[in-house]
Amino acid sequence: MPRPQMPHDTPTPFVQTRTGKLLGRHWALFFLLGMMAIFAFTGPGFFEVVNFQNIIHLATISILLAVAETFVIITGGIDLSVGFVMGLSSTLAARIMVTLGSTGMGEPMLIVLGTLAGLLVAFIPGFISGTLVARFKVPPFIATLGMWGICNGITLHLCDGFLPIAGLPSVLPRLGNGYLFYIHKGQSFTLFKKPDYIPDERVRELIRLVPFSFILIAAVVLVFWYILHKSKFGQHTYAIGGNIDAAIRAGIDVDRHLVKIYMLSAFLAGLAGVFNVFQTGIGNYTTFSSMYELFAVAAVVIGGASLLGGKGRIVGSMVGVLVLAVLKNGLAISGVQPFVRYIAVGVLLTLAVIIDQLFPDLF
Amino acid sequence: MGYIIETRGITKRFGGLTAVDNVSMGVNAGEVVAILGDNGAGKSTLIKMISGVHKPDEGAILLDGKPMKLESPMDALANGIETIYQDLALAENLNVSSNIFLGREKTKRSLGMFNVLDHEYMQQESRSVLDRLEIEIPSLKNTIRTLSGGQRQAVAISRSIYWQAKVLIMDEPTAALGIAEQKKVLDLVKSLKTQGIGIIIISHQMYDVFEVADRIIVMRRGQNVATRLVSETTPDEIVGLIVGSETVKR
Repeated sequence: MPRPQMPHDTPTPFVQTRTGKLLGRHWALFFLLGMMAIFAFTGPGFFEVVNFQNIIHLATISILLAVAETFVIITGGIDLSVGFVMGLSSTLAARIMVTLGSTGMGEPMLIVLGTLAGLLVAFIPGFISGTLVARFKVPPFIATLGMWGICNGITLHLCDGFLPIAGLPSVLPRLGNGYLFYIHKGQSFTLFKKPDYIPDERVRELIRLVPFSFILIAAVVLVFWYILHKSKFGQHTYAIGGNIDAAIRAGIDVDRHLVKIYMLSAFLAGLAGVFNVFQTGIGNYTTFSSMYELFAVAAVVIGGASLLGGKGRIVGSMVGVLVLAVLKNGLAISGVQPFVRYIAVGVLLTLAVIIDQLFPDLF
Repeated sequence: MGYIIETRGITKRFGGLTAVDNVSMGVNAGEVVAILGDNGAGKSTLIKMISGVHKPDEGAILLDGKPMKLESPMDALANGIETIYQDLALAENLNVSSNIFLGREKTKRSLGMFNVLDHEYMQQESRSVLDRLEIEIPSLKNTIRTLSGGQRQAVAISRSIYWQAKVLIMDEPTAALGIAEQKKVLDLVKSLKTQGIGIIIISHQMYDVFEVADRIIVMRRGQNVATRLVSETTPDEIVGLIVGSETVKR
């Protein structure tokens, strides 16, 4: 029997209904699926395993940076330096490999040393940004913008202007772009490397599955998902973003925690930088490094985080990265001009914030 | 009978201003003491010394008759002195049990090597403390943001109780609440009293004070100008003491 309609019975606003909340919470995912459905028709070759694999492989750096930015943004901060910290790690790793290579050191050794240097150097800008934010109360925007400039300058110096650092071991890009499985239809099946009888220029005849980068992505996402959602550290990260005074009064060492957060963020940026060396085979300086952090922030916000802090999830940020990556790939395959992509990212970002404000109770 | 918490001649100066001037007071276990006074009378400074935020320039603070040095709010917490500030200090984006356990989370071993948050345990414990205080909150998985002012106050109180407060300091506990919720919080204070906790309340609401307090301490210009048993005084006398029109009889 239908409920009798009372005169003062106003209908529930859409945003508070079950469907509304579901849409509000997962709009980015629905948007991603909808976009893929459209590109499946407009883009020849879009809806194929190899293309999806490519999208994720090329998004590796964005994924690492988005994980980093997720932590920082949940504390209510922002890290603008990740792009150039990445550049610093990549050029330093490459410079060290080249220098050691000229002394006649063996390839495995110099790769290990270069990689370690690239990873470790990232802790320095992270520690400085974190200390500025936590102890000297410099707003995160300014602290990391300062580090943005400093890392940019050092990177530029390391690669003598805009020249990429070349002459690295050729095994690097083979590792960075390698796959777990190589299948030559009806002929052969190999693990880790292509069959020897196929020359480089015929490599497209092979079906290559599971890039090595997937293993890196899976490991990083799993480890940092655990840290954010399952550990005390993650819980305190949310508490600091939610109410920093409450965190202090609850006995959390907020200053120390913030330093750790910025070091964690910089470390992931360093990992992205070293991966970049493995992917491209050169130590690359690019002025576009400065775009990376902005796309990482955009991905995290599209994934449901709020720049006010206290809100955000690793899986959400991953959806955010995929939205941007699929958008780029799908538009290109569909033959749309590149400028449309930037406009679309801008619109999406604004939309994300509006949706966030429509659903204040969701997190 | 000995006070559970006591101050002996404590003084706090900020530059040339003496915010608290030679104040001695005490609270018995199971007693509610209200501190009243006009703005700037030194109430907040007094409780901040007891809760470890400020260090007294002179005098001593005694817990269970033993003098103690409070270097930080953490020291006070470790000694069972819990403070509920007006803003409650809850993380609105976290759920009820996460707030009760904030900073003191319980973890368990998972897969033999990872320490993961033991949400199940924390929810059970939270539920049992809320039940003990007869506080109704529909779901402990709801974030604080979705709760009413009274429910938030109840969560803040539960947190103090769960961590075994001996002394509970409440700064304006009913100021931001609706009428019905004010009554609930006052009932809660009464039930805490029966559990042997010493409670200090700062409030401007005369009705609340006469409803729950056993004793009233009136402060004026940093000094403890009068102590009255609630059963032996009237709101008019107290107001007179606060503004200074009443002759002070110590």
